Amino acid sequence: MAEVSPLVILVAAIFTNNILLANFLGMCSFLAVSKRIDTAAGLGAAVIFVTTFTTAINYGIYHHVLVPMGLTFLSYIIFITVIAAFVQFVEMFVERFSPVLYHALGIFLPLITVNCAILGVSLFMIIRNYTFMQSIAFGFGGGVGWTLAIILIAGLRQKMRYSIVPVPFRGVAIAMVITGVMAMTFMGFAGMVTIQ
Amino acid sequence: MIFFLPILVFAGILVALAVVLTVAERLLVNYGICKIDINAGDRVLEIEGGQTLLSALIESKIFIPSGCGGRGSCGYCTITVVSGGGAVLPTETPFLTRSQVRSGVRLACQVKVREDLAVRIPEELLNVQLFTATVENVRRLTHDMVETRFELKEPAEIEQRPGQYVQLQAPSPEGPVFRAYSISSPAYATGIVELVVRLVPGGIGSTYAHSLKEGDPIALTGPYGEFRLSEDPDVEIVCIGGGSGMAPLKNILFSVCERWPNRKCWLFFGCRSARDVFYLDEFRELAKKNPNFRVIYALSDHDPWDGEWDGETGFIHVSVDKHLEAGDVKRHAFLCGPPPMIEAVMKVLDEKGFEEDDIFYDKF
Repeated sequence: MAEVSPLVILVAAIFTNNILLANFLGMCSFLAVSKRIDTAAGLGAAVIFVTTFTTAINYGIYHHVLVPMGLTFLSYIIFITVIAAFVQFVEMFVERFSPVLYHALGIFLPLITVNCAILGVSLFMIIRNYTFMQSIAFGFGGGVGWTLAIILIAGLRQKMRYSIVPVPFRGVAIAMVITGVMAMTFMGFAGMVTIQ
Repeated sequence: MIFFLPILVFAGILVALAVVLTVAERLLVNYGICKIDINAGDRVLEIEGGQTLLSALIESKIFIPSGCGGRGSCGYCTITVVSGGGAVLPTETPFLTRSQVRSGVRLACQVKVREDLAVRIPEELLNVQLFTATVENVRRLTHDMVETRFELKEPAEIEQRPGQYVQLQAPSPEGPVFRAYSISSPAYATGIVELVVRLVPGGIGSTYAHSLKEGDPIALTGPYGEFRLSEDPDVEIVCIGGGSGMAPLKNILFSVCERWPNRKCWLFFGCRSARDVFYLDEFRELAKKNPNFRVIYALSDHDPWDGEWDGETGFIHVSVDKHLEAGDVKRHAFLCGPPPMIEAVMKVLDEKGFEEDDIFYDKF
């Protein structure tokens, strides 16, 4: 994978290999916090921040601690711990500098800990043997892709309040249908760039 | 060694993360000492930053009313923050009106002290004290109502006005919480506080109040409430209540009859059935002393099998309609009871020519 430019990976992570719409990771908070654009954007920003930095930290730990010692089987548990600790840090940071966002995100901020998109990004980084720069690009792009998807669906759901949805489809059901349609739309980007 | 290595590496990473988090907490969550300026320089508190305004004030012996213990679910702890409180949080907006938000009213339990604050607190609340007391007498009034009288210890006297309330401290799984109850003992009885509490199944405060026995130590804060009784003896007092809304009315009527033995007053009280009737004898006794005091109880759900009933039957607003004559008299009405009752009575009072400003009510 060393020959692929980080820029290509960045674009691919946002559009063709969108972590949410291509891999369907991070669905829980995607469905739960996508009712308003501003909170969705806030959560998205937090996810971008966390994915970018945790991929960098996890890259360092994986390649400089776990691989030399032959402990790659520990990667899952260590990645989760690093993500959890980092989310704690972000929580303190957000509470200090943006109390309004802190209260708007509420329980979902600590829930980033178990956002599978973030662990997914770290694991893809290993499976695909990315270099450090590629990992950062992938982490950042993965976060941006997730944010793009959640903002798009939040916009749609905000508009949907004024449309007549059949009763059995109201709420999460219609959101799932829209997500499926959005995923198919994103497949239109498929030919643009390819990464495995 | 092969077994220890993974454990050591994992533990090492955990320790490193814990150290980083501890350092971050020191830097980010430490706000240092913050100043709280109360009523433009009346009093300046210096407190540890990072806690909520409510707990900072309680720590400094300023007892802001709070029913839920700081979880932001009751909306009682409103105070005006003049500067330094940050933006209004989504957790507060359901409890504040637009004009309140514009004038800086906040929920004290949601405002975190991060910088120097300036707040305005009504004088009344600054006079609120923490009382310790013991249970002097417990009297079962009906199957679900209990009258509990506390003898005040420290301070030994309370200066209350009829219609005010206290907050009883009750234990809960998440630490002590406060629950508001109107004072039912008359204002002239300064050494005691009497409450009338209906048992709400699963309720923290009422379960606690019903479990109290003679001699139990308790703590309460008060008095709260801005309500003032008209001092003009020519103004007639009309008290209308139902269900568990007896406490403030009893306080008003006994205090009024003590101070103005001939002042014209009424009590309309609605109960469901004969077994829910209480205090009727006490009020009849009071009526003997004050010839201008009339007591009318009505049963909405009277069952002849419950025994003799010589009072009214039907809803209380019907009795109000029947007995109260429309006329050109200055009257104040005090309503305390369930919302549907209040609404029905308000309509009747409107027909009787009451001004909106002359009706005071407490819905629950």
